[in-house]
Amino acid sequence: MKAPGIDGGVRAAGRGLALVLCATQAHAHLVETGLGPVYDGIAHFALTPEDLIPALAVAVLAGLRGRGHARRVIFVLPLAWLLGGLLGAASILALPGLLSWLPFLVLGGLVAADVRLPAVATTAIAAAVGLFLGLANGAAMAQAGAGVRGVIGIVGAVFVVTTLGAASAVAWQKGWLRIAWRVAGSWIAATGLLMLGWHIRGT
Amino acid sequence: MGLVKRTLVGVPLAALASSAVAHVDTGQAAGFLTGLAHPISGLDHVLAMVAVGLWGAQLGAPAIWLLPVTFPIVMALGGLLGLLGVSLPGVELGIAASAILLGAAVMTERRLPLFVAAALVGFFAVFHGHAHGSELPPGQDGLLYSLGFVVATGCLHAIGIAIGAIHRWPAGRVALRIAGGGVGLAGLFFLWRAIA
Repeated sequence: MKAPGIDGGVRAAGRGLALVLCATQAHAHLVETGLGPVYDGIAHFALTPEDLIPALAVAVLAGLRGRGHARRVIFVLPLAWLLGGLLGAASILALPGLLSWLPFLVLGGLVAADVRLPAVATTAIAAAVGLFLGLANGAAMAQAGAGVRGVIGIVGAVFVVTTLGAASAVAWQKGWLRIAWRVAGSWIAATGLLMLGWHIRGT
Repeated sequence: MGLVKRTLVGVPLAALASSAVAHVDTGQAAGFLTGLAHPISGLDHVLAMVAVGLWGAQLGAPAIWLLPVTFPIVMALGGLLGLLGVSLPGVELGIAASAILLGAAVMTERRLPLFVAAALVGFFAVFHGHAHGSELPPGQDGLLYSLGFVVATGCLHAIGIAIGAIHRWPAGRVALRIAGGGVGLAGLFFLWRAIA
């Protein structure tokens, strides 16, 4: 058998990447409210901490940087979520469900460190998070039969939660309140680290 | 039926009612509640966490907020090591030592440089996280367990900081130093128990 060279390594990496991208979606549960797919989507978002907490963290991250950042993010995050949701529902793209710890770790770390990001960076982060979580939500909604209407319910809830979170962070950040947001960020990052451990352990 | 009778009948009935199963996933709320209860189930963890808050209050800004921000992240790092199966020798000794040294720091109102104080607290946080962060009961949700665990630990810090607010009064300072001595003594007991 020929020893694997650089080309072999590249091919192996390519195959690995293809397998990762083709990984089946984690089967997220869908809460059935009995009121239709839009409300199912809203309930799903409200009861899924993997979605709710990163959305709040993005809102707080933007809110702590000021009104300009918050105004962009409250529109960019839901729109990116919608785009991701539509792509996921159409099964155009799928992401492995094992990365749910990543938004917790990154966003919580950024809030805890109170990093002075430019508006472009905050907006780009919101877009990336929206696409990432939207893809997973869209695929889950399609599996559950809620489809695009379920995604619309989720996106509506994302807009409300993001707006409230960003507005709270903009309004309440003097003195101790800013520290309280940062402490909350450290809690989210710590939870992300532990989630990483659970995923590696396979629990 | 009078109001008292209705209350006497209604309250036990409400208390005995089983919770509605909203969806197929189980163990979600239980995971959060278990995580929330875990840090307060062990006196060693409780005393060390409260001592971090007390010490932060004594040191004032910026330590008062830097320590509670640092601790959860480093504690989770310890939990991650535990989950990855990385063994940490002398975990119980480390936890006992944390109570002794943090108690001593509060008792003597020791003012260390900020970096040293954060490093000391972070060092002990690894032991607490390793011991407690990876103990998920079977069938419960890892994310919500972790969230509950971190939130409860943070609340213990907040309690320590709130108690430490008495530092502004002379009698309060004395009380805090006595409390620090108590934490240190409890740490000595934990150490004896870990060795014995």
